[in-house]
Amino acid sequence: MPSTTYGKGLRGLSLATLATIALALALVFFYAPLDADQGFVQKIFYIHVPLAIVSLCGFIFGAALAVGHLRTGDRKWDMRSYVAIHMALIFGVGGLITGSIWAKASWGHWWVWNEPTLVSFLIVLLLFATYQPLRFSIEDPERQSRYASVFAIVAGAFVPLNFLAVRLAQEFVHPRVLTLGGGNLPGAMRLTFLISLVGMALLYVTLWKYEMAAKNARSQVRRLRRTLLGDDSVRPAGRSAAPL
Amino acid sequence: MSALFAIAPALPLGKAGKFVAAAYIVFVALILIYVAIMAARAQRLERDLEELRRDVEAARAARDHDRETESVL
Repeated sequence: MPSTTYGKGLRGLSLATLATIALALALVFFYAPLDADQGFVQKIFYIHVPLAIVSLCGFIFGAALAVGHLRTGDRKWDMRSYVAIHMALIFGVGGLITGSIWAKASWGHWWVWNEPTLVSFLIVLLLFATYQPLRFSIEDPERQSRYASVFAIVAGAFVPLNFLAVRLAQEFVHPRVLTLGGGNLPGAMRLTFLISLVGMALLYVTLWKYEMAAKNARSQVRRLRRTLLGDDSVRPAGRSAAPL
Repeated sequence: MSALFAIAPALPLGKAGKFVAAAYIVFVALILIYVAIMAARAQRLERDLEELRRDVEAARAARDHDRETESVL
């Protein structure tokens, strides 16, 4: 990927992310009113829900990038898809842990198996957790990237289907705060939530670009070494889940 | 800053507070771990670049030496 530079605009993006997250935290603790039902514990909502939403969107983003790989055959799309899914998994784990803490605080249990939203999110997360072992199990880089792309697309398509299935389910425990009809969040809470969501999305994009820039730099060093000193001078990469 | 704290509501840092703190600490910890991993990667990249620079210089020195030998002959 010699012609692509992922570091471009990274400083501005990082500053925008930092400012938005700082604003979101200020709004969460100093502006948004306390929830009448849950009280202070509801503040977890502003971090847990954006983490979960950005994670799910990240999986779909990874699937979209995998389509690019299958269409063009260019491995840089595979790298982008891999990093998108990798980052989404980290955000997903964050969403799962914060959700679990919230569940313990408000329901008295770390995990509730009869709650469709929780279980469906866990299924999606576990599904994508198999993405890296799948890559690792295939030695040939071409096959590895092709199979991984197919997996990313199929699993990515499962995300909205899973979301719809939960919405159509009858038994709800999670409150529906975000709907097409406007939802039931009061103004101050809605604004705080939206800023938190934007901050989290910016964080995802920033970290994705950081990761891409780092991988791109490493790959360029290896390529440069190979060009200047010949193939023998480059240490074999070994089996890796990450595309090189 | 003190004005901000003056108008801010008192935070109920009782039983609920520790759960809220834990959730936000998890978020900060994830970012810090990521930054630490990135720092390690940057170090490794720096090392690779340094190694590459040394190899290129060695190759250049060898080439210059060959040229000099050829011109003497």
